[in-house]
Amino acid sequence: MLRIENIKKTFNPGTINEKMALDGVDLNLEDGEFVTVIGSNGAGKSTLLNAIAGVWLVDEGKIFIDNVDVTKLSEYKRAVYIGRVFQDPMMGTAADMWIEENLALAHRRGQRRGLTPGILPEERETYKLLLKEFDLGLEDRLSTKVGLLSGGQRQALTLIMATLQSPKLLLLDEHTAALDPKTAAKVLEVTDKIVEKSHLTTFMVTHNMKDAISHGTRLLMLNNGKIILDIKGEEKKKLTVEKLLEKFEQASGEEFTNDAAILG
Amino acid sequence: MITIQNLIARIPGGIAQGIIWGLMALGVYITFRVLKESDLTVDGSFATGGATAVVLITKGVNPWIAMAIAFVVGIIVGCCTGLIHTKLKIPAILSGILVQFALYSINLHIMGMVANVSCNPTKNNVIITMRNIPGAILVGAVFAALLIGVMYWYFGTEQGSAIRATGNNNHMALAQGINVNNMKVIGFALGNGLVALAGGLMAQYQGFSDINMGRGAIVIGLAAIIIGEVLAEVIFPKGTNFAVRLLFVIIGGIVYYLIMIVVLWLRVDSNDLKLATAIIVMLALAIPNFRKGE
Ligand SMILES: Nc1ncnc2c1ncn2[C@@H]1O[C@H](COP(=O)(O)OP(=O)(O)OP(=O)(O)O)[C@@H](O)[C@H]1O
Ligand SMILES: [Mg+2]
Repeated sequence: MLRIENIKKTFNPGTINEKMALDGVDLNLEDGEFVTVIGSNGAGKSTLLNAIAGVWLVDEGKIFIDNVDVTKLSEYKRAVYIGRVFQDPMMGTAADMWIEENLALAHRRGQRRGLTPGILPEERETYKLLLKEFDLGLEDRLSTKVGLLSGGQRQALTLIMATLQSPKLLLLDEHTAALDPKTAAKVLEVTDKIVEKSHLTTFMVTHNMKDAISHGTRLLMLNNGKIILDIKGEEKKKLTVEKLLEKFEQASGEEFTNDAAILG
Repeated sequence: MITIQNLIARIPGGIAQGIIWGLMALGVYITFRVLKESDLTVDGSFATGGATAVVLITKGVNPWIAMAIAFVVGIIVGCCTGLIHTKLKIPAILSGILVQFALYSINLHIMGMVANVSCNPTKNNVIITMRNIPGAILVGAVFAALLIGVMYWYFGTEQGSAIRATGNNNHMALAQGINVNNMKVIGFALGNGLVALAGGLMAQYQGFSDINMGRGAIVIGLAAIIIGEVLAEVIFPKGTNFAVRLLFVIIGGIVYYLIMIVVLWLRVDSNDLKLATAIIVMLALAIPNFRKGE
């Protein structure tokens, strides 16, 4: 599904701020795999997601989605394959537009946008049912501006938008980090529901070790722009926070540091 | 003499001109409110529209065709600003300034290297003139109704929604597979197309096109938009639909111009008008920021 071959990315090359954020990452994701990604601050987690999404082009290496070489494809073109939810709840939705308009934009992800109506009457019914299913209290507020919603509601809406057109790959970058614990749990619940329902290949960055362990089928740990741990199958199921920290220290020779990390 | 009759006599003409400025402000609305970019091209493209229309009309071209061509030339001008911004990665505001600056030369070329081309309504076939003010108001109103209708429809289409999303949130638009650069170019193009169209109307209305006729157009456009928004908020405190908001841009243009007429009637030196307008627009732009407590 996703194949990454030895990608590298250096920011601000040739300056004192030069930073090698991705240092030769290789990865092969099977169809339907749900990967959780953890790592210290600055490990390169967001950079890896941005590289896959095409926010900028990588310096070296290749990226394939479903055997299509997307390495040189611009961000908006890759959106055909990718659904994304950002850490900042403000980033994933258009605040001045209505809930239904946001959904209609997402419904047309990757399609040519012509002079046909931006939303069809029958879509409204579909959106209503969909929102009802996730129990967010939004089904009767289709013509509410998204800017009036809470962060959690916006994040859940972004998640629904990202998956409205089943993407080949779902990228979640600490999408619950800006939410209070209760809302975060709710959004994670919605995440699981969506991923399961559509059997989506998913990449979820989190700073919550417990979440990283209890969700998904595979766990990656990044450090200094490299994947230093890759745990799947039975081993992933038996993982605990203590074991994970131990493995991290063995693999990196450092202590795990992440301002926001929730360990226990 | 400052007499009330004197003022009343000027009002119909003020309304006619105000509508034309309002039409121009619809163009500014597309860049300023929909794309959320400040497009300074308009000072030039307004004059481009006036020059194109008047030169063609005085050569005997049908005025409707001349207006259509003025619109297309405005679109091309807007594309230039949009492409300079998106392809050469120059900030939108600078791209607009560059194109506006260049247009001074181009407008002179269009007018045959003179600063002023007259378009006498008795000798030429025009669609709007200050010699017939009720007729001018009617023509302006028809244009307003038409353009509001088309804009209302267009910004409800898939493409129009994509432009709105681009102005609203670049990240979101990209993540939804929208080609934001194309959307920006289209927005700048349509905005300047409308501005040029309004320039064509203004030149016919006043009976000449002038190299400086667009000076300050951006400020007048902003004034019309903001006055319209304030009035709309007073009359519809719960908000109102897009078409009505666009109508209020036209109303804003009319109110702006009537204010100018009152100020002139009060014998304020017309050289101080620009200072007064700038201060009014500055305050109007500032007030919402303070209301939000920023
Ligand atoms: N656009 C950029 N320009 C310059 N440097 C960048 C850019 N994006 C990331 N970096 C740098 O690359 C490194 C990796 O950053 P990244 O955001 O991927 O870390 P992260 O693992 O997501 O960390 P966090 O847990 O803090 O989100 C950091 O040193 C960061 O400062
Ligand atoms: Mg990050």
